[in-house]
Amino acid sequence: MPPVDYRNFEKVLLKHADHPDSAELDYYLSHGGYEGARKALTQHEPGQVIALVKASNLRGRGGAGFPCGLKWSFVPKSTPKPKYLVVNADESEPGTFKDRIILERDPHQLIEGILIAAWAIQASTAYCYIRGEFVKGYRVMERAIQEAYDRGILGPNVLGTGFRCDLTMHRGAGAYICGEETGLLSSLEGKRGLPKIKPPFPAVEGLFRCPTVVNNVETLANLPHILTRGVDWFKSIGPDKGPGPKLLCVSGHVERPGTYEVPMGINLKDLIFDLCGGIWKGRELKAVIPGGSSAKVLTAAECDVAMDFDSLMAKGTMLGSGGVIVMDDSTDMVDALYNILRFYHHESCGQCTPCREGTGWLEKIVGRIRAGRGRMEDIDLCLDICDMMVGKTICVLADAAAFPCESILRKFRGEFEERVRKGQGFTRKVLTGGPLVQPGAISAHNQERRIEAAHHG
Amino acid sequence: MTQAEATERAGGAGPREFSEAAKRRIEWLYSRYPVREAALLPVLRLAEEEFGAIDGPAIECVAREMGISPGHVYGVFTFYTHYRREGDGKYVLQVCSTLPCALRGCRDVVHHLEERLGIGPGETTPDGRFTLKKVECLGSCDTAPVVQVNEDYHENLTLEKLDAILDALP
Repeated sequence: MPPVDYRNFEKVLLKHADHPDSAELDYYLSHGGYEGARKALTQHEPGQVIALVKASNLRGRGGAGFPCGLKWSFVPKSTPKPKYLVVNADESEPGTFKDRIILERDPHQLIEGILIAAWAIQASTAYCYIRGEFVKGYRVMERAIQEAYDRGILGPNVLGTGFRCDLTMHRGAGAYICGEETGLLSSLEGKRGLPKIKPPFPAVEGLFRCPTVVNNVETLANLPHILTRGVDWFKSIGPDKGPGPKLLCVSGHVERPGTYEVPMGINLKDLIFDLCGGIWKGRELKAVIPGGSSAKVLTAAECDVAMDFDSLMAKGTMLGSGGVIVMDDSTDMVDALYNILRFYHHESCGQCTPCREGTGWLEKIVGRIRAGRGRMEDIDLCLDICDMMVGKTICVLADAAAFPCESILRKFRGEFEERVRKGQGFTRKVLTGGPLVQPGAISAHNQERRIEAAHHG
Repeated sequence: MTQAEATERAGGAGPREFSEAAKRRIEWLYSRYPVREAALLPVLRLAEEEFGAIDGPAIECVAREMGISPGHVYGVFTFYTHYRREGDGKYVLQVCSTLPCALRGCRDVVHHLEERLGIGPGETTPDGRFTLKKVECLGSCDTAPVVQVNEDYHENLTLEKLDAILDALP
């Protein structure tokens, strides 16, 4: 594939995001808003919309990269049960903050995408499950939905076509697992957010045991543009097998963190060193997690890679949710891994033993290495535990914890061994002079506390 | 509203009752789902607004209102971390502590708050004004470090900025 021309790329999804009125319906309508939905509802049969989206090779932007049109096609055509469309706006993969921009700044783009998807699968009811912390996004969406109802864009007669579509915002309340589609559906039913075993897949038996499609916010936001500008246009952006505009969230040690809309397939180095202004404080690149904290880490030497589903998979990692976490050469990888593992242990729902226990064991063992109390055999012990977690649970949270753990342990094994060898003396040095501490920013009292805490894992 | 204020407004520590406006909202919520139970998370949000926090009497009130068992409500409530809990201060300071924030100094934010408030994570100041919580990813990693104060995100924090925010709280 030739290099992607990211510099002359005209934004699609975030084209209007910086305009002060971008969330207003009138603004949206005056810039071609709801034309895609109108076209879908008036010129295409539902099956044609599915075929169109299949042909576009649009792949889900939530993490798994599953072909969107194919997912829709699993919904049974003739069933007496109602069908549901559920929007996954539970953005909570560490390093990911792209859907938030759409929710807060371009809500009608999302609502239009919802209408197109709802028409395609013939769902008259849609829910948008938004994480509880996103209060602003929730308010903006509520207002936009009200506007859409008032103007006949949502409700019993969408755009005058006779198609009914109701949309309800549903707030989560702080649980990463609710971003997993079956966990999300449990939560939406008013239960604990416990994932369910598949099959049956939600397309056959999902929300309230009815056929359900769960789509990510960014995935849906692409739909109006595919309808209005066509499949060929969409496929001309980036690799043929998973094209389109892509929101990449860059965080960590770069000069300019942020959400960047780029053509799929941009080189990771161009993203970091050109668009994001390179590594901060004049330091060197050490490692990148390219697709949210569940993705396997890339070393600096592995960063010459195209940011698309297949290229990253070929490198043994994944595009995931597009959360690019950049770490400079001062990063303590033991500490970074410990942080990641604490997250997964905290967020494990506890249903499956390999995940409930495995995430806890990993956190404890890496915690003791970090605190200078590790044993050399701990490293292989962790790798063993990872092996016992991957593919052995109801959902992929266990895999999501094991992937970064296994890859960081393998690729930065020397750092872990060094920490074990040097023990407590090393801990003391790192914890008081390491990269996360600005000189003079902490008092002697806190330094002691920090060492104390470290010694206790 | 602190919980003590809410308790007082609700007429002491006796059984809680939703306001008429809240009951209308609950009816509307029921109309949005094919089964009533699906409205549980939004009704818990309403209880949080009405009573200041979710405690035992609030759970009983929700259960009574929805016709489901208090045990079920409690089981669902305890699965989620973002509801205001019994004993939470007037301002809940939620410091994001996940990796992207850790790479950009969230620990300094936590330590600064510990020093300034004299409490550790999970604790509330004796005057009931502040609760300090370390939370997982808030989805605002490009503007790290981040603190959510009740509903509002405060981003790109420096210690000076943080002090100014706390000083300006009513």
